[in-house]
Amino acid sequence: MSLSPHTASSASMPELDEDELLHVSLGPQHPSTHGVFRMNVALDGETVVSLKPVFGYLHRNHEKIAEGVTYLSSMPFTDRLDYICPLTNNWAYAQAVEKLAGIEVPERAEYIRIITAELTRLINHTAFVGFFLGDMGAWGSALMYAFREREKILDLFEDLTGARMMSNYMRFGGCRNDLPDGWAARASVLVNEFPRFLDELENLITGNEILIARTQNIGALPKEVLINGGITGPMLRAAGVAYDIRKAEPYGIYDRFKFRIPLGAVGDCYDRLMIRLLELRESLSILRQALDQLPEGAYIHPKAKIRNFKPPVGEAYARIESPKGELGFYLISDGSAQPFRYRIRPPSLINLTLLEDMCLGLDLADVVLILGSVDIVLGEVDR
Amino acid sequence: MSPVLNKSMESPAPTSSSSSPLPLADWTLPGIGLLKGMAVTATNMIQSYYRKDRMTTVQYPEERAPISPNFRNFPFLVYDGSDAMAGLRCTACLICENECPPKCIYIVLERDENGKSLKRPKVFDIDVSVCMNCGICVEVCPFDSIYMDGEYELSTPDRFDGLLFNKQRLARSTDYHAQLRPLEASEVATRREAEADKKLAAQAAKAAKANLDKQAKEQAAAELPAAAE
Repeated sequence: MSLSPHTASSASMPELDEDELLHVSLGPQHPSTHGVFRMNVALDGETVVSLKPVFGYLHRNHEKIAEGVTYLSSMPFTDRLDYICPLTNNWAYAQAVEKLAGIEVPERAEYIRIITAELTRLINHTAFVGFFLGDMGAWGSALMYAFREREKILDLFEDLTGARMMSNYMRFGGCRNDLPDGWAARASVLVNEFPRFLDELENLITGNEILIARTQNIGALPKEVLINGGITGPMLRAAGVAYDIRKAEPYGIYDRFKFRIPLGAVGDCYDRLMIRLLELRESLSILRQALDQLPEGAYIHPKAKIRNFKPPVGEAYARIESPKGELGFYLISDGSAQPFRYRIRPPSLINLTLLEDMCLGLDLADVVLILGSVDIVLGEVDR
Repeated sequence: MSPVLNKSMESPAPTSSSSSPLPLADWTLPGIGLLKGMAVTATNMIQSYYRKDRMTTVQYPEERAPISPNFRNFPFLVYDGSDAMAGLRCTACLICENECPPKCIYIVLERDENGKSLKRPKVFDIDVSVCMNCGICVEVCPFDSIYMDGEYELSTPDRFDGLLFNKQRLARSTDYHAQLRPLEASEVATRREAEADKKLAAQAAKAAKANLDKQAKEQAAAELPAAAE
């Protein structure tokens, strides 16, 4: 087997008569493509012979716009990258600017950031399970249960940030506002009740024979191919590679918490689903520790500048373990109020690069499943 | 080609706490897993008739879910006193116009016939069809004049003029602000009072100092002819 992701397709496929192939355009407007994503699939009967992704339908010119507005003005645009988890996007961007300008973050703000980020991971992974089951044809129950729990977390976010999804909450040197009265207590109640929902969800899906038949041994790739392809996040860990930026290069105050990284054995769609379910439990453990230890103090550095913010000349790259993988922001400052270069490394896009290699030789119905298991958000793929 | 491994992945030290491989789903008889899932669905269905936390539907327009006190929608302008246009706190400094991410604010400064700035807006328009409710205008305003509203029933058949809010439409009294966000409004009010007091004190001190200087000058002037003699 070839180890390069870009030659795997041509090496493993026999010669086929072009006239006998059926070309199907899957998407862009189709619920299974998670937004406006299109795949040009060539089929030999039911078997996928080639798959060419077409994207860019949701391109918003985010990076170029960011080079024309102030540093702070880009913060609300980062909410709209991966709109399922805005707060981790905020954090990654704030971290990049803090690195660029050398801004310190108070302890309480670090705790608030971790709490919001892990709540975001809960949202992302529960929503993933719901959507993934939807892709398999179990549209309804799992997604509705997942969204019922997600809504409780979004209520917390609305009380904290003022908006359910477009939070615009992190600031350079802290957070925009302090936790409202009683917020931490409500979050603790939610965290304590969440395992009950997880038990329910696991009862609903994990033993299901149809799910096992559909997902096991589907879409697995060797570790080396995944690593060479730059795949990160749950996709990589499902294949058994212990790589999590929270452990490998701890940012914020993640080194203070005790948590484990679940690892898969095979790396098929089943492992990818289970990895998310196990990560939910670990997130809850981080949340419990963080809510217990939450200190008093300032939520933003007292000298943090809101107006007329100009970082010194230089460049910075900051990355975090977003729920979907490694999310990085690369900034170059020329000393003015606008960044000279603003670049995002989106996990969704990079994780999508091996889509064809995962799908070749499988049925068309599995393509939808594999795309679902990658867990993409088109706002982040197209930017 | 050999696999390229990241150094941090090779060394197990930072990730040694990883758990064992995934546990296999414990199923014995074929079909048990399906039945277990159906039991969950059935429980949920039955509970949805009597459990409060599972009856989540709110019959909007008749019923309304309470709005979070922090909820933000579109900006409004605050005025002091009773005359909305004369009491606007906005000084047309253009900071919010420059910081607005989607550039939905349009301000024109009012000037008198000599071209001198009157420090108030002649035009203050917000295109709410463009506004993305981020609240950055509120954060950057140095004059406490713009705040986020919680009003959400704003649909209109006129999508051009109906969604372009001018300063008459945007103006809200301080009482409205105090009712909408009591905490924020009281904080702002006390800070503004303290600033006003400080300003008054500074003015009084300045006047007193000017008075003293004048007296000293007069004294010097009175002494000067005496010294010349």
